[in-house]
Amino acid sequence: MRTLSNTARRMLSAPYALWSLLFILAPMLFVVYYAFTDKSGAFSLDNIKGLTGYAGVFGRSVWYSVAATVICFIIAYPLALCLAGMRERTQRTLIMLIMLPMWMSFLIRTYAWLCLLQDQGIVNGVLERINLPRIHMINTPGAVILGMVYNYLPYMIVPLYNVLSKLDKSLLEASHDLGANSAQSLMRVTLPLSLPGIASGITMVFVPSISTFYISQKMSTNNISMIGDVIESQFITAYNYNMGAAISLVLMVLILVSMMVMRRFTDSDGEVVV
Amino acid sequence: MKKNRLIDLRSISVRLGGTQVLRDINLYIRDKEFITLLGPSGCGKTTTLRLIAGFLQPDAGDVLFEGKSINALPPHKRQVSTIFQRYALFPHLNVADNIAFGLRLQKKSKAEIAKTVDEMLSLVNLKGFADRAASSLSGGQQQRVAIARALAVGPRVLLLDEPLGALDLKLRKDMQLELKKIQQRMGITFVYVTHDQEEALSMSDTVVVMDGGEIQQIGTPIDIYNEPINAFVADFIGESNIVDGTMLSDGKVRFSGHEFACLDGGFERNESVDVVVRPEDVDVTAPEAGMLRGKVTTNTFKGVHFEMIVDIGGFLWMIQTTDYHPVGEVIGLATPPDAIHVMKKSQYSGMFGDYSCFTEEYYELSEPENDDP
Repeated sequence: MRTLSNTARRMLSAPYALWSLLFILAPMLFVVYYAFTDKSGAFSLDNIKGLTGYAGVFGRSVWYSVAATVICFIIAYPLALCLAGMRERTQRTLIMLIMLPMWMSFLIRTYAWLCLLQDQGIVNGVLERINLPRIHMINTPGAVILGMVYNYLPYMIVPLYNVLSKLDKSLLEASHDLGANSAQSLMRVTLPLSLPGIASGITMVFVPSISTFYISQKMSTNNISMIGDVIESQFITAYNYNMGAAISLVLMVLILVSMMVMRRFTDSDGEVVV
Repeated sequence: MKKNRLIDLRSISVRLGGTQVLRDINLYIRDKEFITLLGPSGCGKTTTLRLIAGFLQPDAGDVLFEGKSINALPPHKRQVSTIFQRYALFPHLNVADNIAFGLRLQKKSKAEIAKTVDEMLSLVNLKGFADRAASSLSGGQQQRVAIARALAVGPRVLLLDEPLGALDLKLRKDMQLELKKIQQRMGITFVYVTHDQEEALSMSDTVVVMDGGEIQQIGTPIDIYNEPINAFVADFIGESNIVDGTMLSDGKVRFSGHEFACLDGGFERNESVDVVVRPEDVDVTAPEAGMLRGKVTTNTFKGVHFEMIVDIGGFLWMIQTTDYHPVGEVIGLATPPDAIHVMKKSQYSGMFGDYSCFTEEYYELSEPENDDP
């Protein structure tokens, strides 16, 4: 079989190159351009200076997404361990069930939580029926974090499960054989060897969490805003493209930094297990 | 002798996924001996090893260590270490950390760990490899790290599961010698699992031949080779001509239409038996001077000897000689009394011993197996 020449092979990537140039690279350059100009199009650092006013939003966004990521990890890791130890048929069925909610629209899922948690919602209705006091749940940080955990949990489970199910069982036997009990084997063998999956899961939950806007709006009935919400309102409500672009820029940097940190924990070939 | 027993397997039976993998195994392992479990794929040898390691519990029977049952003792509390088929080195640790893994769990001091790791590295000739990643090593080197790691924790028994299966022939020969040396230097018990009869014969103090989840024969390599107990053992260990015979009386056996003197006895008069004659124990004579007469059908030069297939009354014998006899020549054959081994009939009778479809022994062709659960 003839191998493709270098030029020909490069041509194969042309459609994607064109695509990314038009729809990824160019918009990013626009973001940078808008961030450093004012309404008239002249160079300005006012937007960047104005970012200080949003420090609270940034802090809250980081804090909520870290919390959501940690909760996802705490739920997902034991589950993934458990799954990896099951019979293969059971594994496949359960993974399908875990992915099942994702077949429904993200918007509907979040809206459903609103119905459940609001003051006149289903949960409070049930509580009232059984003569328990109503609980104010919607419009709290907990509700926002819950919404993020619910929506992004599968993205944590799947990479963890992928890594753990491929873990060579004889390594655990070797660990036991050398004197490690189950807890020691988990800490010294399973956990370090699943780092690529952990890094991947963290990235896949943290990045969408920190940039989300819809979840926080619905779960807090527009009272708790995160970076995504602020960006949206700058573009849609305030028509201040320049300020919105500046905030987006910070978000991009935040995501980039977190991904670079995570990359350090992936395989030597830099492969993130998705 | 009895106090010398380190491990005792008493009436062990194991069922895995509906198949009987081990059937009433009785075996004792002496302290400081090199014992080999030998048998074809699926004979239960790896299962036996896993029982001793503690990865598996018997459905019936007891595993005793120094006379006490260790059935309920988990692997990490047993004084045995395992060398796994594919080494199972920890990929996230370098060579030194792999070796130190067990020592750290024993809460040894830093200095002590460093000293033991050093000793182990020199024991397996890997000085200077301490900081290398386990995955960057060749198969033979990984094997050595696995041995060092297992020995570092100071086990009483080392369990080796086909440790040389993945190495090439030359390396395998070197490692055989080295393992034997290490065993003698450390003065501990080695339980070695293999399907390679040559490996078993050359390294072991005791060989346990297994098939179908049962022990066929236990003995020294010389006993096993010279006095195989049934047709399976005779065929599995070395080359054998196994023919139907009739024991006329003590020291007198009839096969291939001739009456032979032999050294065996204790059979009933006219009991039908299996007779084993090793290819190297047959003397070639002039046709009229031999006890048997046959025609050479093939002759292969093997270096040290010629290997002939000789047709004796329709039964094909393998005979090894240092003299050349061309194909088609009719030769006479003689066997001295001590070359004839008489065995009781068994379930294996008639399954082995004819060289009519001989190519190479199947177990030399087969890959190191993986189907032993």
